[in-house]
Amino acid sequence: MSEFPRELRDETPSFDEGSPQQDHGPIDWTGLTSVRGAKSVLEIGTIIAIAVGVFFGLEAILRLTDTPAYVFPKPTAVVAALTDDFQLQYGHHLWVTLQEFFVGFAIGSTIGLILAAVITQKPFIEKVVAPYVIILVVTPMLALVPFLRVSLIQSPGMWPIIVAVALASGPMVLINAATGFRRTDLAKIALARSYGASTFQVFRKIRFPLALPMIIVGYMVGAIFGMLTAIGGEMVSASEQGGLGHQLVYFASLIRMDNFGAVLLIIEALGVSIYVVFYFIGKRWASWES
Amino acid sequence: MSSVEETTKLEIRGATKIYEAKTGPVNALHDIWLDVTAGELVSILGPSGCGKTTLLWAMSGLHALTRGEILLDGSPITGPRPAEIGMMFQDANLLPWRNLRKNIELPFEIKKQPVDNGRIETLVKEVGLDGFENSYPRELSGGMQQRASIVRALAPDPGVMLLDEPFGALDAFTRDEMNLLLMRLWSETSKTIVFVTHNISEAIFLADRVVVMTPRPGRLARIFDIELPRPRTVDMIFEPEFIALIQEIKRVVETGAGHTVEVE
Repeated sequence: MSEFPRELRDETPSFDEGSPQQDHGPIDWTGLTSVRGAKSVLEIGTIIAIAVGVFFGLEAILRLTDTPAYVFPKPTAVVAALTDDFQLQYGHHLWVTLQEFFVGFAIGSTIGLILAAVITQKPFIEKVVAPYVIILVVTPMLALVPFLRVSLIQSPGMWPIIVAVALASGPMVLINAATGFRRTDLAKIALARSYGASTFQVFRKIRFPLALPMIIVGYMVGAIFGMLTAIGGEMVSASEQGGLGHQLVYFASLIRMDNFGAVLLIIEALGVSIYVVFYFIGKRWASWES
Repeated sequence: MSSVEETTKLEIRGATKIYEAKTGPVNALHDIWLDVTAGELVSILGPSGCGKTTLLWAMSGLHALTRGEILLDGSPITGPRPAEIGMMFQDANLLPWRNLRKNIELPFEIKKQPVDNGRIETLVKEVGLDGFENSYPRELSGGMQQRASIVRALAPDPGVMLLDEPFGALDAFTRDEMNLLLMRLWSETSKTIVFVTHNISEAIFLADRVVVMTPRPGRLARIFDIELPRPRTVDMIFEPEFIALIQEIKRVVETGAGHTVEVE
């Protein structure tokens, strides 16, 4: 085989522990996004039929067994609970959760992406940083919220949760983006160099686009982690503004399980929206890979 | 050798490359001397490991030599010289996230030069890719990808083209087709071309001279002048003269030298 000059050679450090993408080959988007491409009428019909079946099946069972609402709320009651005083019960809290999520995710993902680009430049740094990234990834950041609230940040507002969201999403973006930046294609880098590309041009024209599919995966996983952390953080220590997590605890404590179910529905809709948004971003910017 | 004016374009002077492998130093290139005349098409032929790719990469400025130097128009090559040298790599090496047109524009983008639309359109038409400018590489056959790669290399109009086994991954029919295309473009543009290959018939078919290299250490075994008339056709490879050349060159490749020649 041909031998590459030092500046074109990339050592591949072992950073893969905990990373979902072990091989550096093409990403199987279909694994992540089971919603793939165009669906047939039969497939869509079956999906809807299952949803309708579960909804009314559950309703029927709960009615036949005469289960009290505090044990398991009827689906119709949950939907009805969604509509009673939406703004006061849910709308305000949805907005609080969204603010915590967006600000925290923006901060965390930006730092994670920049760090990934920086540490993958030097295998030594990457190897040294790797174990600490793993620790950050496995730490349940929502558990830190009470600590942040009473000691480090000392704020009754949203900031403790925003920080937890950033801490939860950042390492997820970092670890996936780092996997992406490590997928170097020496022939393509040599191509750019033969046209006189600078290090920054090689990064912008070759390394970044090559890493983009993994970066998007990292953003998707990071966003979902961030959302879960925002809600979990609100459950353990909400701001004075509340939030969806706070509402979960509140309704559960009052045994208003229909309202509880309604909050859960909203949270599910949020999670699915995140997934769908990144699915389409992936389709638009990373479809060359599949 | 084609009888354009005999100005030396590339001078390889004592090119030696030793690199450190786990098993110890490897002598990839050993004291190579070679002059390439302006407008000439030279094939560098040899088995894998003979250092032919290393030599080409040194000519491109992507590799540094351990000893010796390579001059382009009299000045030593110390790094990529994108204004003068265009390079084609093994496989088409297109960027899969760019459409054909955007791939062809890459050299202009990197050099921060205005895109030569007229030239690109002429070349695209000449290689028969018009109408595919918006296609992505994965939507095209290997041959079409390779044509796009040729257009990308030619579009900035470099005086020297270095080709590193560009058609190695193609099937025999497509390879013939690419070789004919390359020769047509070459005869129209008077570029200096150095073409690395391990395919004897391809090396002869294209070249004014075939430079045979042998491995361990990578050294220049012999240079053959190919005096077959131009324009060449695919049928020529069945003529006795061509077959005799193949046999002779094959013998040199297999025996490791025959005899070493000095190049003046």
